[in-house]
Amino acid sequence: MTKPIRAAKRMGDPGGLLGLFAIAYLLFLYIPVLFLPVFSFNDSIFVAFPLKGFTTKWYEQAFADDDMLRALTASLQVGAVASIVATILGLLGAKAVTRYQMPGQSLVTGTIMLPLFIPEIILGIALLILINALSIPLSLFSIAIGHIMLCTPFAMAVLTSRLDGFDKSLEEASMDLGETPWMTFWRVTFPLVLPGIVSSMLLSFIVSFDEFLLSFFLQGQQPTLPVFIWSQLRFPNKLPSVLALGAVILIVSCLLVVLAEWVRQLGTDERKVGVA
Amino acid sequence: MTASSAPGFADRLRAFYLRSDAAKGYALLSPVMITMVVLLAAPLVMLILYSFWTQSGLSVDTTLTTARYQEVLGKQSYHDIFWRTIGTSSLVTLVTVGLAYPMAYYVAFGVKKYKFVWLILLTIPFWTSYLLRAFSWKVILGFNGVINSGLISAGLITEPLEFLLYNQSAVVITLAHAYAAFAILPIYVSLEKIDRTLLEAAADLGDSAWARFWRITFPLSLPGVLGAAVLIFVPTTGDYVTPQLVGGPTGQMIAYSIQVLFLKINDWPLGAALAMSAMAAVGILVVLFVTAMQLAVRQIR
Amino acid sequence: MADNIIRIENVTKQFAGGVKAVDNANFNIERGEFFSLLGPSGCGKTTLLRMIAGFEFPTNGEIYIDGQPSALIPSYKRPTNMVFQSYAIFPHLNVFDNIAYGLRKDRLSNRELTRRVNEALEMIKLTGFGSRRGDQLSGGQRQRVALARALIKRPKVLLLDEPLGALDKKLREEMQIELRQLQREVGITFVFVTHDQEEALSMSDRIAVMGKGVVLQIAGPKDLYEAPNSVEVASFIGNINLIDATVRAINGGEATLEGPGFGQFKAPAIDGLKAGQKITAAIRPEKLSLTASRPSGTHVEGTIKASAYLGDRSHFHVHIKGRETPLSVAAQNVDRAMTTGFDPARAVYVSWDPRSLILLKS
Ligand SMILES: Nc1ncnc2c1ncn2[C@@H]1O[C@H](COP(=O)(O)OP(=O)(O)O)[C@@H](O)[C@H]1O
Ligand SMILES: [Mg+2]
Repeated sequence: MTKPIRAAKRMGDPGGLLGLFAIAYLLFLYIPVLFLPVFSFNDSIFVAFPLKGFTTKWYEQAFADDDMLRALTASLQVGAVASIVATILGLLGAKAVTRYQMPGQSLVTGTIMLPLFIPEIILGIALLILINALSIPLSLFSIAIGHIMLCTPFAMAVLTSRLDGFDKSLEEASMDLGETPWMTFWRVTFPLVLPGIVSSMLLSFIVSFDEFLLSFFLQGQQPTLPVFIWSQLRFPNKLPSVLALGAVILIVSCLLVVLAEWVRQLGTDERKVGVA
Repeated sequence: MTASSAPGFADRLRAFYLRSDAAKGYALLSPVMITMVVLLAAPLVMLILYSFWTQSGLSVDTTLTTARYQEVLGKQSYHDIFWRTIGTSSLVTLVTVGLAYPMAYYVAFGVKKYKFVWLILLTIPFWTSYLLRAFSWKVILGFNGVINSGLISAGLITEPLEFLLYNQSAVVITLAHAYAAFAILPIYVSLEKIDRTLLEAAADLGDSAWARFWRITFPLSLPGVLGAAVLIFVPTTGDYVTPQLVGGPTGQMIAYSIQVLFLKINDWPLGAALAMSAMAAVGILVVLFVTAMQLAVRQIR
Repeated sequence: MADNIIRIENVTKQFAGGVKAVDNANFNIERGEFFSLLGPSGCGKTTLLRMIAGFEFPTNGEIYIDGQPSALIPSYKRPTNMVFQSYAIFPHLNVFDNIAYGLRKDRLSNRELTRRVNEALEMIKLTGFGSRRGDQLSGGQRQRVALARALIKRPKVLLLDEPLGALDKKLREEMQIELRQLQREVGITFVFVTHDQEEALSMSDRIAVMGKGVVLQIAGPKDLYEAPNSVEVASFIGNINLIDATVRAINGGEATLEGPGFGQFKAPAIDGLKAGQKITAAIRPEKLSLTASRPSGTHVEGTIKASAYLGDRSHFHVHIKGRETPLSVAAQNVDRAMTTGFDPARAVYVSWDPRSLILLKS
């Protein structure tokens, strides 16, 4: 017997039960992380129920710690370098693969995306071997080198999707009107790709800022923030201030991600105008 | 330059560059290509070389030998920790993909408005600190942690449950949570690509909703599922943070052994051999798994 | 000698995939003329135009622009400007800035710049539209902005790649007239790419017909239509009836031929014709006449297979015994009697003036 097809209901519509599952899934995703901010305001050295009362002293303690501030500065520096370098590399690479057809292109892009598929521990030891072979001292510099390698595939992916469908006749029109390729980049390409560049920088920065294992393997005297946090986990009395620090990092990361995604959507319709 | 003068080498080079798309493309691509060759390909090759060398005191003897591999393969403790790693990662993959599939299905087929918001909500965890997400599970599952203290203050138990933390299941839960976002996106993309008229055609031919799912939706989404599985399985086999935080002695994984060889014992050749053996074994398992899955799905008619 | 603004010498373009988009092109474009590149889609028109503009570089050959060898000169150093098929209006700039784009580096005073842009806006009848953004314009307006943006640079050659392709029929016809008028006013050489033969015929001084990368014929509109040099050109420009024939005799300027369904018939001879040779005779539909009674001149008998009434004229397909494809006949409906009586299946006579036949070697 064939049932009549109800036109009102879309094909493959899963119905309400799956909606409940989806809500539950989101809760599973977010609730564990929410305990960090919750207990960071708890007036107790122990991370345990029942809650003891509201305090901001763990935040004061966390941000009064000079080692923490130095680690934070280190992370900001490494993140800035990694995100700028990765975005420049990614922009050139994305421009190349979206604009030109080249033999062996998929092999090259495959290699660039490889870090996403290799366990980080392998990347860590391989880079350690490289840094050692080049006699580069372990330092923030060696960490930044590792982060550039890690961030580049993300930058490349974000910028490729932004440049995909970019109407090349806009750049040709500019050169036709007498501008050199360099000026064409600044007067046409850059303003149109700017949202993608900002988004790529933000996301690369987050990847670098949150990266632990590569920094752990490549660190010298000065740890980055995640490595600093890792070292603090050994001391139970530091736990609440680590919670406070973690809460701040999580919230700032969330905001940056939302900002990056929002910027990435910006002007995606406008960009198509030249094509229409 | 006039047409009659014989073109010099520089002119010919310029002409070749102007005429060739490939040359212009590779010129733009070269910075990122060189970076990745120097920072990724070269180190991986050196890692392979190291695995055939020997540590002698503080220096490395570069005579090629397979002795490190024999050492790795001959040591029972490495076998144990490798198979435990594979077991943990398999479980994580199974749980993560199993939970992510219905979620991705819901977003692809069920959500009509604000799909964008759902996608952002599901990707935010992907970008936020993995270390902190793992750390929050330590806080939740700990001896005096959120669950135990919560249950005690609710009067449901009197003694803290010890089995929550420092074992394999704690590792599985934490990793499944940490890698959730890796699974949803590939599956969602493959579901979203399915042509809805195929489902209408199947309904027209008399398939029930379940039959439609099983005969059309699922096989067509398989590339996404397999992609997600590989994207979770491979990186988790090399995970270091989670077993250290919540694994305890019985939850250790292979990355710990590698880290010890590299940063504590300082026997890089042995560490390289262990890493390469594990990578190779993981690679073979992945290929076998993907092939088997594809064969299995081809049985669906 | 004619004053050639562009000389194309042995120009070949082969793409990386092996496609020969342009195959050994050789021709000149005169200063101040309206020159069209006409051919079916994919025949290499755009590629040829882009080589003149400096976006593609020939694999072989040389392009002279105003006497300068330019094949490998980048576009920003050429005295040419282009109107793109997509118009390529910069989406992040308004109309004023789009038009002023190419003037910014000329370091004009602000007043001079504004004056010239306003003049251009007036020319394209978009005065007051300066602050609009590209996406707030209609297709026709965008086309005009693209035109103004290129012309304000006062190029020696203006290149246009199917600039009217995206417009609807009525607007297209208006723009054809306006473009032609504008070209006469500014006196700049236009190189115009189109696949629309009517458009090319109505606008151009001369037309190059291309097929599969090869330039087949270059001629004025009238010669192209009345004296095509090949079967390809003849059948691409307008409709034409082709008759496979064998040459029987040549008598001064007149050849006697024989073809299936036609028996023996006469046509003006062409150079190098030999008796016994296979050749194609061609005649335009409007050069055939249809009558109910037997005419006095050259004619064949047939039956009407299909007819279409088009108002000012009618089209008929006439089956000729011994011939596979029906003859296509166009008749002007000069009096109302013409519009009745030629119903399908009716026996008719098709006649013509032998001087209207064209002989084409294949
Ligand atoms: N960048 C390119 N790479 C490879 N082939 C191309 C490229 N551009 C055009 N072609 C090919 O060259 C031929 C001519 O194209 P084109 O000049 O655009 O034709 P037209 O403008 O007459 O339609 C086509 O077969 C097209 O596929
Ligand atoms: Mg074209």
